[in-house]
Amino acid sequence: MQSIVTISNLSKTYEGGFQALKNVSLDIQQGEILALLGPNGAGKTTLISIICGIVNATSGSVMVDGYDNTQDYLITRECIGLVPQELTLGAFEKIWDSMCFSRGLFGKKHDSAYIEKILKDLSLWDKKDAIIMSLSGGMKRRLLIAKALVHEPKILFLDEPTAGVDVELRKDMWVLVERLRESGVTIILTTHYIEEAEAIADRVGVINNGELLLVDEKDALMHKLGKRQLVIELDRPFESTKRFDNYNLELSEDGFAITYTYDPLKDNNGIDGLIKSVQETGLKIIDMHSIKTSLEEIFVNLVKGENSQ
Amino acid sequence: MNIHAIRVIYKYEMKRAFNTIGQSFASPILSTVLYFVVFGSAIGSRIDNIHGISYGYFIVPGLMMLAILTQSLSNASFGIFFPRFTGQIFEILSAPVTTFEIVVGYVGAAATKSLIIGLLILITANFFVEIHIAHPLWMVLFLLLTCMSFSLLGFIIGLWAKDFEKLQIVPLLVITPLVFLGGTFYSIDMLPPAWQTVSWFNPVVYLVSGFRWSFFEVSDVNIWLSLMMISVFMLICLSIAWWMIRTGYRLKQ
Repeated sequence: MQSIVTISNLSKTYEGGFQALKNVSLDIQQGEILALLGPNGAGKTTLISIICGIVNATSGSVMVDGYDNTQDYLITRECIGLVPQELTLGAFEKIWDSMCFSRGLFGKKHDSAYIEKILKDLSLWDKKDAIIMSLSGGMKRRLLIAKALVHEPKILFLDEPTAGVDVELRKDMWVLVERLRESGVTIILTTHYIEEAEAIADRVGVINNGELLLVDEKDALMHKLGKRQLVIELDRPFESTKRFDNYNLELSEDGFAITYTYDPLKDNNGIDGLIKSVQETGLKIIDMHSIKTSLEEIFVNLVKGENSQ
Repeated sequence: MNIHAIRVIYKYEMKRAFNTIGQSFASPILSTVLYFVVFGSAIGSRIDNIHGISYGYFIVPGLMMLAILTQSLSNASFGIFFPRFTGQIFEILSAPVTTFEIVVGYVGAAATKSLIIGLLILITANFFVEIHIAHPLWMVLFLLLTCMSFSLLGFIIGLWAKDFEKLQIVPLLVITPLVFLGGTFYSIDMLPPAWQTVSWFNPVVYLVSGFRWSFFEVSDVNIWLSLMMISVFMLICLSIAWWMIRTGYRLKQ
């Protein structure tokens, strides 16, 4: 796939001396959904802000669709839509006027039909004449997305788009993001909800302390860094003997369940032998289920590991 | 050039003024009417003619300048400060707009509002004194240059100010005294010699004097010197505003 954003050795040190980004390099592929995960203060927003032209980089470069984002900023900014983290909207403006403002600002001719379509897509059409201050937090979030889309960008940055919104709206947004991707828009989102990244991202990047720890396909990442566990529930408490030493089993508090961690990629993952051994002890297996490591656990382990270094 | 961007910024700013019509237009006109009543009619009737002009008529250009300068500053400074304060400025910073387009949009709207106020005051003054403008084109030129240059100064203040106090401090503590001491209500030659010397360092003297000349052909300063001073002042403001936007001064971290 072709890169649409190329970030090379990007660093940012703020006036107070805080280094928000340390030599970050990243290629964002055209048409993908990239989720940037990281704890508060990791540098996610700084990275997005530099690409969009809101923050000046200390060093490094950003190429958007083949153009440098500082020298050819008029071209690069036309391609980008940004939904900021904060609900930064005018208070007394009408939704319709706000949309017209955003479209004009990006040099696009007024197009009532297109604005209507975007507002309808985001369930804001009924509120088009409402004053922004009268909207709920979720509606304001939708409006920010609508404003970011109104100039038909090729790349959309969503900085914590679902922070503080209810589950229903969050799911609606996932559907919208998927629809945008289908229309060819490249989407980069930062999120605290790791389930969000797990649900919609193609690739996942993890940032901590201004460093990009890794970027990988979501499925490959979960495959590489994730683990599988098999939980076996028994009719009587389990008593370990020498034959189980190799399995490194975890015992539940009441002793009625054992947990076996295995590598799903191995042909001989030991499950067969374990079940046979359990049955040979005379224990009856009541239930069995496997657990897959979530992206959240992978993320927490990565960040924890980085912080302890 | 991104004409659409200039248009929407300009329209947004003008709409803000018309949404608060009382504050934007009625208030400066009312203040000016009060000046006419107090200084022009009540006190002015006891003051001799200045350069052969009745006092009530003499203060018309000064009062117009007083309103234009203060309104240009407050409109332009608030126009850019408020989106900075609320964070809405991200939209301007992330849009494909040049420094020139941003300045034209914001400063153009502020200058237009001041121009409207200036003309409304002129119409209002006509109810108190008979207005005769000796050089209408010069008057329009001075009016435009003043609206634009002080709107630029207001824009600079709006970019520089970190809070509402700083936004007010320059207009209140620097500009208002300069305007009152700039010959708004008097001719500089009415001052004692020492104060006359001090006045020559006040840029507003050149503005008021030039503007007054366009009305009465009477001035404290040569008309060309006035024109040069206001032009230089505007160029300085334009350079500073351009530098601030270009470097992202107090806009980008």
